[in-house]
Amino acid sequence: MTASLSIIWALTLKELRIESRNRDVAVAIVMFASLVIAIFAIAIEPNARTALETGPGVLWAAITFAGVVGMTRATSHELENDAVGALMLAPVSRDLVFIGKSLGSFVFLTIAMLIVFVVFTFMFNLSIFRAEILLVALLAAIGFASVGTLFSSLIFRVRAREVLLPMLFLPTVAPLLFSAIRVTSVSVAGDTWSASLPWIQLAVVYDVVFVTASALLFGYVLDD
Amino acid sequence: MGFLKIRAQTALHVATLVAMAFALWMMFVWVPTDINQGVVQRILYIHVPVAWVSMVAIVGVAVASVMYLITKRENWDRLAASMAEVGVVFGAIMLISGMVWAKPVWEVWWTGEAKLTTALILFFIYVAYLMFRAYFPPGDQRMRLSAIIAIIGAIDTPIIYYASVLWQEAHPPLIVGPIAEEENLVAAQIGLTLLVSVIAFSFLFFSLLVTRLSLAKIEHDHEVLKYRIINPEMSAS
Repeated sequence: MTASLSIIWALTLKELRIESRNRDVAVAIVMFASLVIAIFAIAIEPNARTALETGPGVLWAAITFAGVVGMTRATSHELENDAVGALMLAPVSRDLVFIGKSLGSFVFLTIAMLIVFVVFTFMFNLSIFRAEILLVALLAAIGFASVGTLFSSLIFRVRAREVLLPMLFLPTVAPLLFSAIRVTSVSVAGDTWSASLPWIQLAVVYDVVFVTASALLFGYVLDD
Repeated sequence: MGFLKIRAQTALHVATLVAMAFALWMMFVWVPTDINQGVVQRILYIHVPVAWVSMVAIVGVAVASVMYLITKRENWDRLAASMAEVGVVFGAIMLISGMVWAKPVWEVWWTGEAKLTTALILFFIYVAYLMFRAYFPPGDQRMRLSAIIAIIGAIDTPIIYYASVLWQEAHPPLIVGPIAEEENLVAAQIGLTLLVSVIAFSFLFFSLLVTRLSLAKIEHDHEVLKYRIINPEMSAS
């Protein structure tokens, strides 16, 4: 158990160290999401009513698209000097490699989301730093990180990976996206926790199913 | 053996032809026009069977993919890929026929209705599955990775459906026509026509699947021959 945890920690630390040196992924996510939010804010010119109607959708669409951009960037690191080949030679279980890599992506995504939330608050004049929104954001980050890690490892050798990653990732995370949009909508509209609860439960089920399935299937992805 | 196989295939194609002709006669001539929706209701005799067949295809792709990962036998991969291809074509027909039906009945081409959203998302997942297969070079790795995509798609299906049902509860469907009067749908003639067309379209699906599988086998043999010509030293072994 302790040995597994130290392997996961070492792999997560490796991901964080790479990111701290070049800041490619988090910067790509923050800048892309902020740009999308800014373009929508200019196009919609949100007032108190339109911000409530369109804001949650814009926020989560921006974060999801930016997540794809970030993951494509993260994948390219693995190709440099055949880093993934070296990783596969490591005498550790593949599911631990998956958890370590996913945890790294989860950390970048969470940090990037918090910055994007600040940008959104200014652009749409909606306060989204509420407990239920932060909870669903955390759950979304877990799901995005696990599905994203599985798919980006699956397609990094394909020539058209920039096209394939969004094609695979976006429909797969659709339930999580619905959940995040709905929780944000009901929360900014001033509804109680009970209105958000079914969506939070859905996000929890999604995360449990996909973290487990992705960890189990990851062994087959790197099985050469 | 090969001769028997061709005979069986021909028999299946002939059965499909007869079943489809009979189903078309029933849906356009025999069954009376629905009093609520009018002639547009006849689209459902194509839409419902096509939707049924595409759902069968999704389950089939997932089962064949799991079988491939367990047995590593190439036949399962060919079956999964062929089912996905035929299933995506039926899925596209399902989406288009549904929209053509919805416009006069619901007064919109598209709504956030649970089954529509689920069908559309699944369609995209299986298009991505085929795109992946098209981009990735043939071989064991492609078979293994595409099986994983198919399994992820199958696992996602109930969650997408549940999410779509929850979403729909917040957005009531835009039913403006007299579609709510459902007792008309259970009329015996309509039910029988639907049943016959489901059987006919299932025949059509299997007929196309068998043809696609034979083509996949030819493609595979062609690849092997090409490899042997390029690498003559390997063909001796």
